[in-house]
Amino acid sequence: MSMQTPPAGSSPPGDSLWSRIMAHDLTYLFFRSPLTVVAAILSVAIMLAALMAPLLASMDPFDPAQVFLADANIPPVWQDGGDPRFVLGTDDQGRDLYSAILYGMRVSLVIGLSGVALAATIGITLGLVAGYVGGRVDAVIMRVADVQLTFPAILIALLVNGIVQALSKGTSRETWAFGVLILSIGLSFWVQYARTIRGSTLIEKNKDYIHAARLVGQPTPLILLRHLLPNVIGPVLVILTINLGLAIITEATLSFLGVGLPPTQPSLGTLISIGNKYLFSGDWWIVTFPGLTLAIFVLSINLIGDWLRDALNPRLQ
Amino acid sequence: MLAFVIRRILQSCMVLLTVALLAFTMFRFVGDPVAQIVSLDTPAEEVRKVRESLGLDDPVIVQMGRYLYKAVQMDFGISYQFRQPVIQLLAERAPATLELALISSFLSLAIGIPMGVYTALRRDSLFARVFQSISLVGVSLPTFLIGILLIYLFAVTLGWLPSFGRGQVVTVSGRWSTGLLTVSGLKALILPSITLGLYQMTLIMRLVRAEMLEVLRSDHIKFARARGLTTRAIHFRHALKSTLVPVITIAGLQLGSIIAFAVITETVFQWPGMGALFLKAVQNVDIPIMAAYLMIISALFVTINMVVDLLYAFVDPRLRATIKG
Amino acid sequence: MTSSAVTPPVLELRNLVVEFVNRHGTLRALDGISLSIAPGEVLGVVGESGAGKSLTGAAVIGLLEPPGRIASGEVLLAGQRIDQLPVEELRHIRGKRIGTIFQDPLTSLDPLYRVGEQLIETIRTHLPVSEQQARERAIALLAEVGIPAPEKRIDGYPHEFSGGMRQRVVIALALAAEPELIIADEPTTALDVSVQAQIIAVLKKLCRERGTAVMLITHDMGVIAETADRVAVMYAGRVIEIGPVRDVVKSPRHPYAKGLMGSIPALDERPERLLQIEGSMPRLTAIPQGCAFHPRCPHVMPRCHEARPVLEPIGAGQVACFLHEVRS
Repeated sequence: MSMQTPPAGSSPPGDSLWSRIMAHDLTYLFFRSPLTVVAAILSVAIMLAALMAPLLASMDPFDPAQVFLADANIPPVWQDGGDPRFVLGTDDQGRDLYSAILYGMRVSLVIGLSGVALAATIGITLGLVAGYVGGRVDAVIMRVADVQLTFPAILIALLVNGIVQALSKGTSRETWAFGVLILSIGLSFWVQYARTIRGSTLIEKNKDYIHAARLVGQPTPLILLRHLLPNVIGPVLVILTINLGLAIITEATLSFLGVGLPPTQPSLGTLISIGNKYLFSGDWWIVTFPGLTLAIFVLSINLIGDWLRDALNPRLQ
Repeated sequence: MLAFVIRRILQSCMVLLTVALLAFTMFRFVGDPVAQIVSLDTPAEEVRKVRESLGLDDPVIVQMGRYLYKAVQMDFGISYQFRQPVIQLLAERAPATLELALISSFLSLAIGIPMGVYTALRRDSLFARVFQSISLVGVSLPTFLIGILLIYLFAVTLGWLPSFGRGQVVTVSGRWSTGLLTVSGLKALILPSITLGLYQMTLIMRLVRAEMLEVLRSDHIKFARARGLTTRAIHFRHALKSTLVPVITIAGLQLGSIIAFAVITETVFQWPGMGALFLKAVQNVDIPIMAAYLMIISALFVTINMVVDLLYAFVDPRLRATIKG
Repeated sequence: MTSSAVTPPVLELRNLVVEFVNRHGTLRALDGISLSIAPGEVLGVVGESGAGKSLTGAAVIGLLEPPGRIASGEVLLAGQRIDQLPVEELRHIRGKRIGTIFQDPLTSLDPLYRVGEQLIETIRTHLPVSEQQARERAIALLAEVGIPAPEKRIDGYPHEFSGGMRQRVVIALALAAEPELIIADEPTTALDVSVQAQIIAVLKKLCRERGTAVMLITHDMGVIAETADRVAVMYAGRVIEIGPVRDVVKSPRHPYAKGLMGSIPALDERPERLLQIEGSMPRLTAIPQGCAFHPRCPHVMPRCHEARPVLEPIGAGQVACFLHEVRS
C-alpha cells in the first residue's frame, strides 16, 4: 500500500553519495521553510556578534577601568535622559548594556556549548559502553540514567553547584563558577545521549562489520570509536541542537538564581537578574534587552532543532 | 497483579536507597554535621564531645545506617542557617509548593491536552499553526523570564495581581496553610501557576500532538475509517484513547518535575515554598536541607511513577494481561 | 465488459487514474484502471507488490492517503458514481455498502476496546438498532465466522484472540452491515499457512450465502485459483489482463500473466519447468514508454516501445497486448 519514495536524483547507492543525497534533500527542505532560514540567519548572526564582541562593543564591560558608577541606570538613547554613548542604556554598575549583552552572550554561548559538549561526551561514551559491553555494566549505567531522568536538569545543576560550593570553602566564586556551570550542564543532560546511543548500538553491534572487526582482533576501544561510533551518531545531531538551547536556558536560570556567574562576569542570565531588581523602579531596559536577546537566540535554535527533527524523520515525508 | 505491585515497590525502594546513599554522602562528607551544633567560638574540647555524641567516629556503615534510620522517621538533622529541624522547615513550606504545583499541573493538562489534540486533528489550520508557534515560544523562553514578563505586565503596569507572596492564607486542620480559600490567596496563585505551568503545558501539547499524529497513521485507525465510523468516533473514541495511554506516563513525570521546577518560580515570585528554601540552602551551603530536599523530592517522584505505572495497567488491557499472566 | 444487463455491476471502475504529487513531480500510480465486479462475484486482483492492487482498493473506498488522489476516471457502485461524493456521504458507504478487510488482523482492531464494543459500534453506526439488538447481531456474526462460544468471546479484548481468530473478527466487522461488496486486501498474508485456508473458506462461504461480491486482492495465485470467479492481473499500475479464472490461470494470454501463472506449481500436473520473468517491475518514476512490460517481455515488438496497448476483448476476457490484437 505504501509507496516507495524514489531516491532523490536516483543515484546509485554508496556511502559518500548517500550522504550527498542527504545533504541535497536537507538543503531542499531547508530553503522550503522560510522560518527556519530566518532562524538560522538570526542564530548565526547572534553567534558571530558574540564571537566578535570585542570588535563590536563600545567598551569592555569586564574592565573596571572603563566602567563608572556615575553612568548607572541610564535609559536607552531614545528615552528622556538617554545618552548617545549608551544606545541601549546602562545597568546598575554603569556598564553599557549593548556591550554587556555582546559579552554576556559570549559567556552564555561558551558555557552552553562546552556544557553540551561535555554532556554529549559523557552520554555517548556511556551509551556505547553500555550497549556494546552489555550485561552488568549496561544494567548499572542504565539504572543510574533512570534515576537521574526522574530529576529535572535544573535540580541536578543546583545540587552540583551546592556541593562544589561546599567543597571549595573560602575560594572566590569567580574562580570556579565557569567550570561548575559547565559541569552542572554536562551532568544534567548526558542521559538522553546515552539512551539514544545505547539503543542504536544494540542494533549495530550484531551486524557483520562489527563481527568482522572483532574477528580480525581489533581492540574494543578501536571498534567502538572507529566502527561503531560513526554508525550510531546520526540521531545525536537533533539532540545536540535542542540541548544547546536548553543548556543556555539552564545557564541563564542558574545565574538568575544567583548560583551561576557573579555580577562581575555577567552572562545574559546575570544581566536579567540584575535588571529584575530594577524592574519595579521603572528601569525596564536592563531586563528587556538581555531577555529579548536570550529569547530570540533560544527560539531560533529550537526552530532549527524542530525543523531538523522533522526533516530527518523519514516517516513524515 | 500482586507480584507486579510488589516488584514495582521493590524497584522503587532500590531507587530511594540509591538517592539516600547520595544524600548521606553529601550530609556526611560534603557538609560538616558538627557545624549544626557548634558555633565558631566553641572550644575545641566541646567540638570533640559533639563529634563523639553525634557518633562521627563510628564506622561509616554504622553512620549510614543511623542516617537512614533517622530519615525514615523524618529526622533529617538541623539546618545550618536556621538552627531548626529540617523537617519542620520543610513541613511549613510544603503546602505552598504543593498547592502551586497541583494548580499548575492541572492547568498544563487541562489546556495542553486539548491544544495538542486540536493541533493534531487540524494540522494545517491557522489556529493549529498559532498554537504550534506559541508552544515553541513556550519551550524557548526560560521560566524566570516568563515570570518577570507576567509580573511586569500584570503587577507593575496594570496593577491587577500581586507580584509576590501567597496573599492571605488560612490554616486548615491545624497544619495545612492554604491560599485557596481567600480571594487574595487565589489572586496570588494566578501568576505563579501560569509561570510554572506554561512550560509543562507546551511540552504536553507537543507530546500529545506528536503521539496523536502517530496514532492517526496506525492500522486500527485506518480500519476504523474503512468501517465507516464517524469522524468523531474515530478521533475521540479510538485515536484519543490510544494517544492518552502513553501520555499518562509523561504527565506523571511532568507533575513530579513541576514540583522541582517550582524552585525557579518560587524565587521569582518570592513564594514561601520548599523550592525557595532549597535554593537558599544551595546558596548558603546548608547541606542538611539539600540532602533532605533531595530525598523528599525523589520519594515524591518514585511514588508518582509507581501510581502512574499501576494506572497504566488499568487503562491498557494488553498490559493488564501481561501483569496477570 | 458485460452487456447491457438489467442489474448494473456492483462495482465498476472506468479509466481510474491515481496520482501522487510530491516535490519530485507527479507520479502516476494507477494508470487507467477499468474493471467491473458483478453482484455476488469474486474478482481476484493479482500482481507483484507495488503493482497498484491495494491502491485500487483504497481508491474505491476513498481512503487514499495524501498526497495520493484520484486524478481522473470514475468509480461506480451499483451504477452510481461515488468517487466525487462528499466525505460524509462516502463514509456512509464505507462499512455499510462496502466492507473492508485488511492484511494484518493483529493491528486492524483497536487494542483498547473489547471485540464486542467494536462490532456494536460498527453495527449501530450503519443500522438503526438498539444496543441490545446490536449485541445479539454481533454474537450471531461471531458465531457465523466460526468463533466458538461467541456470547463469551464477545467481551474479550483483541489481544486475547489468536491471529486467525482476529481475522475472523475482522471479517465479522466487514460483514456487520450486510454490504454489497467486500474489499479483502491480502486477507491471509499475515496469517499462518495452516489457518489461511480456513479464513478463505469462511470468507467464501459467507459471501456466497449473502450474495456479497468480493474484490480479493492478493499475490497468492493459489488463493485466486480456488476462490475467484474472475481475475484481473495488474502490472505497473495497469490492468493487463482480465477474464474468467479458468482462462487466466490455465491459459493466460499476456506474456506477463503467463510468467505469473507459471510461478504456481500445480499438484495435479507436472509442469516442465517453472517460468520465471527476467528483471523486476519498474519503479513509478521510471515506467517505460509504450507497454510498461516491454523491457522484460520475451515477445517484445518494435511498436511495444512506442504505443501503449489497451484492454481489448478476447474470448471471455480482455487483454492489453499487441500480440493478441494482431490475431483478433
